[in-house]
Amino acid sequence: MKLEYTDEQRAFRQEVRSWMEANVPTGPLASFDLTREGFEAHRDWERKLNDGRWGMVTWPEELGGRGLDLIRWLIFEEEYYRAGAPTRVNQNGIFLLGPTMMEFGTDDQKARFLPRMAAGDDVWAQAWSEPGAGSDLAGVRSTCTRANNEEWGDHYVLNGQKIWSSRAVFADWAFGLFREPGSERHKGMSLVLFPLDAPGVTRRPIARMDGELVFAEIFLDNVRVPVADRLGDEGQGWHVCMATAGFERGLMLRSPARYQVAASKLISLYEKNKDRLPASVGERVAKSWMDAEAYALAIYAMASRLAAGGTIGPEASTNKIFWSELDITLHQTALDILGDRAELAPAAPEAAANDDWLDGYIFALAGPIYAGSNEIQRNIIAERMLGMPRA
Amino acid sequence: MHFAFTEDQQAITEAARTMLLETCTPADLRQLLERGQPRDDARWSTICEMGLLGMLAPEEAGGLGMGLTDLVGIAEAAGYVALPEPLVELAGVTIPLLASLDDNRGWLDHAIAGEFVAIGHPVNSFVTDADQAGALLLGDGDAIHLVPRDAVTLIRQESFDAFRRLFAVEWTPSAETLVGNGWGQAAERGALLAAAQMIGLGQRCINLAVTYAKDRTQFGKPIGSYQAVKHLVANAQVQVEFARPVVHAAAAELPLGTVASNARVAHAKIVAGDAADLAARTAIQVFGAMGMTFEADVHFFLKRAFGLKNAWGSAAAHTRTVIARIIAERTGPDATFSAELAR
Repeated sequence: MKLEYTDEQRAFRQEVRSWMEANVPTGPLASFDLTREGFEAHRDWERKLNDGRWGMVTWPEELGGRGLDLIRWLIFEEEYYRAGAPTRVNQNGIFLLGPTMMEFGTDDQKARFLPRMAAGDDVWAQAWSEPGAGSDLAGVRSTCTRANNEEWGDHYVLNGQKIWSSRAVFADWAFGLFREPGSERHKGMSLVLFPLDAPGVTRRPIARMDGELVFAEIFLDNVRVPVADRLGDEGQGWHVCMATAGFERGLMLRSPARYQVAASKLISLYEKNKDRLPASVGERVAKSWMDAEAYALAIYAMASRLAAGGTIGPEASTNKIFWSELDITLHQTALDILGDRAELAPAAPEAAANDDWLDGYIFALAGPIYAGSNEIQRNIIAERMLGMPRA
Repeated sequence: MHFAFTEDQQAITEAARTMLLETCTPADLRQLLERGQPRDDARWSTICEMGLLGMLAPEEAGGLGMGLTDLVGIAEAAGYVALPEPLVELAGVTIPLLASLDDNRGWLDHAIAGEFVAIGHPVNSFVTDADQAGALLLGDGDAIHLVPRDAVTLIRQESFDAFRRLFAVEWTPSAETLVGNGWGQAAERGALLAAAQMIGLGQRCINLAVTYAKDRTQFGKPIGSYQAVKHLVANAQVQVEFARPVVHAAAAELPLGTVASNARVAHAKIVAGDAADLAARTAIQVFGAMGMTFEADVHFFLKRAFGLKNAWGSAAAHTRTVIARIIAERTGPDATFSAELAR
């Protein structure tokens, strides 16, 4: 056990820091969930990252990455958040679909999709949930029907409705979960990639409670895609999706650095207002900082385990519960320090002094819901980690 | 950067854990209580023979010259079985302190060989296991005295945990007993190893709850199949999962003795205490009325966690340490590790 960086790791941190200092936009970019302009500004940032070969540092060099290990990925993420760089508009691609494609994709798929993903040329959305299939994902009804004709060759015809697809309003591609007509539950599903501007695709933005268009409904009406755009074997969609969900809950989706930066901001906010606050607020601030540190330490331990040949198991579900709950608690503490000014919407003349704590809080509220609700995670912990009987 | 135990560390921990699991079952604990014995002599002999007591003593003193990261897993295992004997405190706190003294008057050798030396650190109100000790390390201000057992008066203070034998000590310092100045990192070591034991205690409570919930049926089904029960247990497991790496990091960082590393120890103690507390209460809840009885085994682990939670510094005092650290020192994603802050 050695809890310090090597000189090479420190030099790498310095390299990332220097690049970020020279390249991170000075002001915040317009939201990628409100306008095409804001979305494209984020895409431009992804391109700039990729030009610096920072698009996805853990990927092999031939796919646009640097082939770095997980410890360096963590260092990169730490410097990324420390620099206040823009939120990754393509996170569903690079953090979820990317690792899944690494595991299940054909060489042709990797070459076609991954470099463009790393470059931000294709921004991806996830199309799994349906109005009738949320926590019970095996209940999806959207279909992929195998067909063959002269124009399309061997292909799928996609039909159905997807919902809660983050970024899908402006994104380019989606990875969707479909089933063979007549199949039931976990059998007969396939993961199929489709362009969001394909004929037969209709997108309807869904406004979040604050008006941001953070997600969309996707309607598929005889959308044709080549069979080569299926990821993993036919009928193995559930298996492939569970691997994606492992990445989502386990390691990639939520960097500890995100919460450590937020905890530092919370400490500054507390120090500015300390004189008028009771000691109990200091305890809450300390608790949030401790939680962010604990999450970081847990991820370093997980990365060290993976480096030694270990795998991510059902304990990934504990991660998802921990970061989603700490995010809410941390933001609640900040809002309580702001007091009656906390409710100011961004349009209010005096809202700027509130930083973006309210926006962060609204985002945090969704944490226990997406990526598999925390209730589902608790079932996984109880049944698969602890061996309690299934209902 | 490598945050994992070595194969050697895993092997020595596993050997100790296996021995403790075999020799220290709840049935064994009950037998000791029935016989009115504070410890199991056979088990203590095994602990001594395995060389566990001298793990942290210098090699020239007949120890193994190891560190806290070597001992922390064994402390978890000792917590897991609610070990009555003072293996963890003796090996992890008392023996390193004896080794740091200019003149330990031969007690380092005795302690490594298995003779108790009790420690009356000012952070604790009472001295544990003083009645079985050959000598006591006691403080008079910063001065440390090594006092023979027969030179002090002990007043037993019964604990909720019958295996925690607490004593108030009446004694008079003299030039003859003076052996050193300053407690060094004894309090931090005590806190860290209490935290490690609480990780083990928390996990044991969860495992007891799981076993019971699989077996006990109501409404025609095992109660463990109901989500209301599953989620209680899962919540406790989450707390244990995110306390454990803090405890392991604290074991590695403690020797630095900086504001940041001391806060890591405090953090470890707070969250391990909270996790053990939640796990113990969860186990009681899952056991239902049985959980309140002496007959069910949960109370052994609840009581030990209860005692350790505020031993070697209260949760309140440790929270103060953490608050002082986040105000005084840099925080953020490049300030996670104490060694990096110390550079």
